[in-house]
Amino acid sequence: MSENRPTIELTEAQQKARRKRSIALAICLAAFVVIFYAVTVIKLGPDVLNRPL
Amino acid sequence: MALVEDIKTSAPRISEATPRDYFDLLKPRVMSLVVFTALVGLLVAPGAINPFIGAVAILAIAVGAGASGALNMWYDSDIDAVMSRTAKRPIPSGRVSRDETLVFGLILSVLSVMTLGLVTNWVAGGLLAFTIFFYAVIYTMWLKRSTPQNIVIGGAAGAFPPMIGWAAVTGTITMESAVLFMIIFLWTPPHFWALALFKLRDYEIAGMPMMPNVAGERHTKLQMLVYSVLLAAFAVLPWPLGFAGPIYGVAAILLGANFIRHALAVWKMADGDATMVPAKKMFGFSLTYLFAIFAVLFVETVLMRVLA
Repeated sequence: MSENRPTIELTEAQQKARRKRSIALAICLAAFVVIFYAVTVIKLGPDVLNRPL
Repeated sequence: MALVEDIKTSAPRISEATPRDYFDLLKPRVMSLVVFTALVGLLVAPGAINPFIGAVAILAIAVGAGASGALNMWYDSDIDAVMSRTAKRPIPSGRVSRDETLVFGLILSVLSVMTLGLVTNWVAGGLLAFTIFFYAVIYTMWLKRSTPQNIVIGGAAGAFPPMIGWAAVTGTITMESAVLFMIIFLWTPPHFWALALFKLRDYEIAGMPMMPNVAGERHTKLQMLVYSVLLAAFAVLPWPLGFAGPIYGVAAILLGANFIRHALAVWKMADGDATMVPAKKMFGFSLTYLFAIFAVLFVETVLMRVLA
């Protein structure tokens, strides 16, 4: 079935641009996670574990 | 797969946009001034803030300002395309689509406000949200195309960053942060009208009601002079108000006198002057002025803290 479906071949420029966008998005996401982790530690410190269970 | 419209055929095609194009949507040059003024507001505010929290706050303010820049480019892509200064921006040059820009701007707006509010306090977060709303809706969608007072009122958006920086530390809006706001607010009209004088033709083609092409050059130059005098006076206030010392006071007086001197040169310039040298010089100096005012305030505050 799949061999009958028209597929889009990305040009080299398109592939390169997509790869760059993916890397940038990954870096931003990782930075966001690290920032919130660090802020949590700074703001709450050891109290991060101090909560009613 | 990211699709953008081909600007010539309007047919969908696969995006070749790089991260750089998205970064350009954030108006990085405007952002640098926002980062700098917000940082000064944050540092001169009374009280201490953890350096990492402070850095995250500045980052959130910068991203928020960038998001409002992206929303501005989304809404204004039609006039950006016909003005020489803005024709190479990502949307008019066809590298990023309008829809992508809108989504990009909205997501970054929400993330930046949420981050600033959670990391510092909701006075700062609320101010950032209001700034984005003010720039994207009040200025871009409403005032920019309808009144020659566009940049006077719209200038408030650019004046908020030091107030947000201050609020990030104190959680309040005070007289001192209002003075920092007023300095940028009063600086904006002479700064932009100097540009509008020598880019008059551009704004005419785009059909934008800037002061020189609505009220005439003479009237614009007079208003520039009035705003310059008000600015020079306001910029000295941090000294008598006690959150800046004599070094800043003297610097503000000298810089203000120079600003008025440039405004006088523009005022004396003949109407219809082809080269507009004084206007170009004033535009250049106005950037130096704002940078210098905040830099002196910053350096003096740091020095006082180190010596104390």
